[in-house]
Amino acid sequence: MPRARRIVLGGLALLALLAFPLVFTLPFPRHLMITIFLYAMLAQAWNLLAGYCGQISLGHAVFFGTGAYTSTILVNQLGVTPWAGMLVGAVLAIALSQAIGYPVFRLRGHYFAIATIAVGEIVQTLMINWDWAGGARGLFVPMKRPDSVVNFQFHDSKQTYYYIALGLLLLALWITRRTERSRTGYYFRAIREDQDAAASLGIPVTRYKQRAMALSAGLTALGGTFYAQYILFIDPESVLPLSLSILICLVAVLGGVGTLWGPVIGAAILVPLSEGTRIYLGGTGKALDLLIYGALIMLISVIQPGGIMALAQRGRRRTG
Amino acid sequence: MRGRLPAVTVEVLLQGVVSGLMMGFVYALIAAGLSLIFGLMEIVNFAHGEFLMLAMFATFWAWALWRLDPLVSLPLTAGVLFLLGIATYHGLIRWILAAPMLAQIFATFGLAIFLRSLAQALWGVDFHLVKDPWVQGRVSLGGLFIGLPQLVASVGALVAFVFLNWFIGRTETGLALQATAQDRQAASLMGIDTDRMFALGWGIGSACVGVAGALLAIFFYIFPDVGSTFALMAYVTVALGGFGNVPGTLAAGVVVGLVEVLGGLLIAPALKYVAVFLIYLVVVLWRPQGLFGRF
Repeated sequence: MPRARRIVLGGLALLALLAFPLVFTLPFPRHLMITIFLYAMLAQAWNLLAGYCGQISLGHAVFFGTGAYTSTILVNQLGVTPWAGMLVGAVLAIALSQAIGYPVFRLRGHYFAIATIAVGEIVQTLMINWDWAGGARGLFVPMKRPDSVVNFQFHDSKQTYYYIALGLLLLALWITRRTERSRTGYYFRAIREDQDAAASLGIPVTRYKQRAMALSAGLTALGGTFYAQYILFIDPESVLPLSLSILICLVAVLGGVGTLWGPVIGAAILVPLSEGTRIYLGGTGKALDLLIYGALIMLISVIQPGGIMALAQRGRRRTG
Repeated sequence: MRGRLPAVTVEVLLQGVVSGLMMGFVYALIAAGLSLIFGLMEIVNFAHGEFLMLAMFATFWAWALWRLDPLVSLPLTAGVLFLLGIATYHGLIRWILAAPMLAQIFATFGLAIFLRSLAQALWGVDFHLVKDPWVQGRVSLGGLFIGLPQLVASVGALVAFVFLNWFIGRTETGLALQATAQDRQAASLMGIDTDRMFALGWGIGSACVGVAGALLAIFFYIFPDVGSTFALMAYVTVALGGFGNVPGTLAAGVVVGLVEVLGGLLIAPALKYVAVFLIYLVVVLWRPQGLFGRF
């Protein structure tokens, strides 16, 4: 696609997204879009580490939880605005990611993946047992009236949440785009393809893995704070479970890992699907929505392991 | 921490060591199946815990419908799981052998979600229990109390484990499995049908879980989510023992069992799994390939 046409199309898409809440004023469509944006940005953050740098983390809920807990504790205990809490959460998540990365980056492949699961389980269990931080009961974000940007709470309409979530997604896309085209991005991909070859060419492999981890963890934590402010309640079961870590990866895998648009496409498909099946089939206590979900994952893994982006690219190659 | 801990005396400690050992053998058997499959084709079965859950439900239904004691239905359960393993290989795994690692991970994760929600749809989320099994009660040995169901489970797991090792190491089919694990192409050049070996590996690996599930069903609650904790322990066990190293999983299983019980005893019951995961991280820092693994 020529550059000019791409810019025009991109601009139109952005305008449509900006106008969406003005057209759809009911809460549900807005909620759906907000959830899509949130999962797309989380999957994009994960994609930076796993898709570009090849380190398959199955413990990203740790960073999501760090963001959610940091801002919530700060607003509860000190009355700090969640925006500052968001930044502190991102900084903490980055620090945590470096501490976690030190041992786990010595591992490769499945050993790495399982070690990240172990880290996730440790953090979740500790939070369940940490009474000061709400323990298993969780924490409420104190209700603040009137709605204001400083309080990061909007009870009258979801419109502002919509724009914030969109902003976060655009930030994640922008960072990925920048990384993709930078030297760092090439190093990431070299490590993914063959870490020994990369090291032999003089790439400081561990340092760049840590860098990918930091970027990914910081972004994920921003999403965590957003979630806490949007839902206004967090507990270890909602912000730290293994199933969340898996879901984040799944969105990226469905769309296509290691691509800029994969996570967005994955979220745009998976979120409406899971909301739809949940509405129509959930609530019966029969877990039929999850049944379909599991079958779908298997199906995608078998017929299109590269995700939907790979399908699209193959189609393009055939036509052009 | 919450909950007052009992005073840790020598007896309590010994009691802990015994329980840890007994649990460790069961973990080892669960992990052995996982390890066998990984050794063959470098795929981690993330639905392993759900296989265990299905084995426990099979045992439960054999008891509920036909009044078969878990020990009587054990061969049946192992057989059913063997078939499930083979079906999984032919229906799913075969198609992703050459796929990237991510697709492989998610295929089995999808299977896990599918099986767990299937169990929930069919049998609900209630806890089930095999009432009045043949083995119950406990024996007292020099001041130590040993639950008979746990004892039977651990001895049964150990026997199954030894049998598995004998099968892999001494029979022709077992050697063919090993050859396939070492070098797929060389094995097929030697006239080994590697596709059959893969299917067999899935069958045997799942049958291990079948035996473990039947044994656990004697004394454990049965519900759709029961497999997840056991599966997590099994992943740690396999990684500790070294992926693909079946004998190594026995020692690793014992380590996991001991750390779990002693961690619960000495630190806090709620944090016993944290102790296991921490020990695992410490070990891989020192030996990234696990205790007995080769890279």
